[in-house]
Amino acid sequence: MLETEFMRLALGAGAVVGVLAPAVGFFLVQRRQSLIGDGIGHVAFAGVAAGILLDVAPVLAALVAAVLGGIAIEVLRSRGGAAGDQALALVFYTGIALGVVLISAAGALNADLFQYLFGSILTVTRGDLALIAALGAVGMATVGLLYRALAGLAIDEEGARVAGVPIGALNVAVAVLAAVTVALSMRVVGILLVAALMVLPVSAAGRIAWSMRSTLALSMLIGLGSAVAGLTISYYADLPPGGAIVLVAAGAFAACGIVGALRGR
Amino acid sequence: MSLAAELAGVSFGYRPGQRVLENVDLRLGEGEFVAVAGPNGGGKTTLVRVLLGLERPAEGRAFLFGEPAHRFSRPRTLGYLAQRSVVGGDAPVTVREVVSAGRLAVGGLLGPMRRRDRELVSDAIGRVGLAEHADVPLRTLSGGMQQRAFIAKALAAEPSLLVLDEPTTGVDAESQESLAGLLDTLHSELGVTIIYVSHEFGAVEGFVQRVVLVRRTIVFDGPPGDLPGVWHDPSHVHARD
Repeated sequence: MLETEFMRLALGAGAVVGVLAPAVGFFLVQRRQSLIGDGIGHVAFAGVAAGILLDVAPVLAALVAAVLGGIAIEVLRSRGGAAGDQALALVFYTGIALGVVLISAAGALNADLFQYLFGSILTVTRGDLALIAALGAVGMATVGLLYRALAGLAIDEEGARVAGVPIGALNVAVAVLAAVTVALSMRVVGILLVAALMVLPVSAAGRIAWSMRSTLALSMLIGLGSAVAGLTISYYADLPPGGAIVLVAAGAFAACGIVGALRGR
Repeated sequence: MSLAAELAGVSFGYRPGQRVLENVDLRLGEGEFVAVAGPNGGGKTTLVRVLLGLERPAEGRAFLFGEPAHRFSRPRTLGYLAQRSVVGGDAPVTVREVVSAGRLAVGGLLGPMRRRDRELVSDAIGRVGLAEHADVPLRTLSGGMQQRAFIAKALAAEPSLLVLDEPTTGVDAESQESLAGLLDTLHSELGVTIIYVSHEFGAVEGFVQRVVLVRRTIVFDGPPGDLPGVWHDPSHVHARD
């Protein structure tokens, strides 16, 4: 498997996303915002469509749309008076509707679209991998820098608000981090499955971990393992890589759930 | 005596025309240990939320240490244990992680904790008697111990004003007594101003200097010994509501 360059590049990209997606997803899950990744993914779809229509690199357009969508969800949630799930639904449906209209206008409602919806990790180039690795490193450094603040918010947001912690700025930082992760993960698992990689490893880790820190570490390990195992399975069994990666993560969740239950947690 | 908190003619409602609080006047001195009591739905939580600047009064003004509460310049000196404090997500959280969150506003937001912050966290954990459980997941502890962890979190910030909203909800009677004793010790040793909000104040009656009864407005304000007998029975308070 490793003798082929496309698999080496795919494993590299998968490893970066496998670690970053759960690291960012950790903070979403802790604050019961697991579906935000999905909402941002749908806005990213509108970005891809706009990119195709305007002849701009679709991934770049998706990144911009995802960041704007992430901020929009956060602003609507915190200031617009809309409940969290309604803010998400609004952005979610507007994103997908806009995407369909723009794709149709571009006359691109065809098989090419599938690589954005379901991932195309086997077509990752060296240049793509360099970009994914660089943005992934920035994302991980940001997670490391903000870990304590974001964990504190997850533990007691109201107490932090009273103590003057800049909650709005931290929420926007998480939204931007999630948006960058979605845009990066698009090539690996696709828009439709990106949120799964942000949530499933974290949920799995939570079943067997003993602290927040260990949950974060284990979720990154499970994400990395899911990406590598999923790609390997897809290579030998000729399965779609994105789907295989997410199914391995779902299997990890089931396994951790059983282990947790057996330990009487 | 300088004032820790003051409400002057405060009225508040969550929607137009509603009056959860009506013309409330309250002055709390620095170093006081006060119980704010009253029936459920009587406005206790709203009163402390206005007092902490989390809600803006429709009429009247709220002050913290002489400054308007909603733009208080030293928010990090406030410790707030919100009603039914629970850890948001599903991940296991240790006592130490909960208490460390208390140093967030004081010790800086970015990067790892400094040594002094870690020491203060350990001190706060020891002070509430959870040293042996510091690295144990919170959800494996009793309700009373979990509340102690959250009190330690508030203490870790070295607050001047500590506001505890219904800290004994879901806590057995014995733990309520021990929690009250802990608060009394903290009050006398650290000199921190404590506002203890509860629909029952039996547990702290022997420790507080003052009881404030809230039922949309303040219906009693004085030492617990002066309280008319009927108010000692929470069921009666509900019945009158």
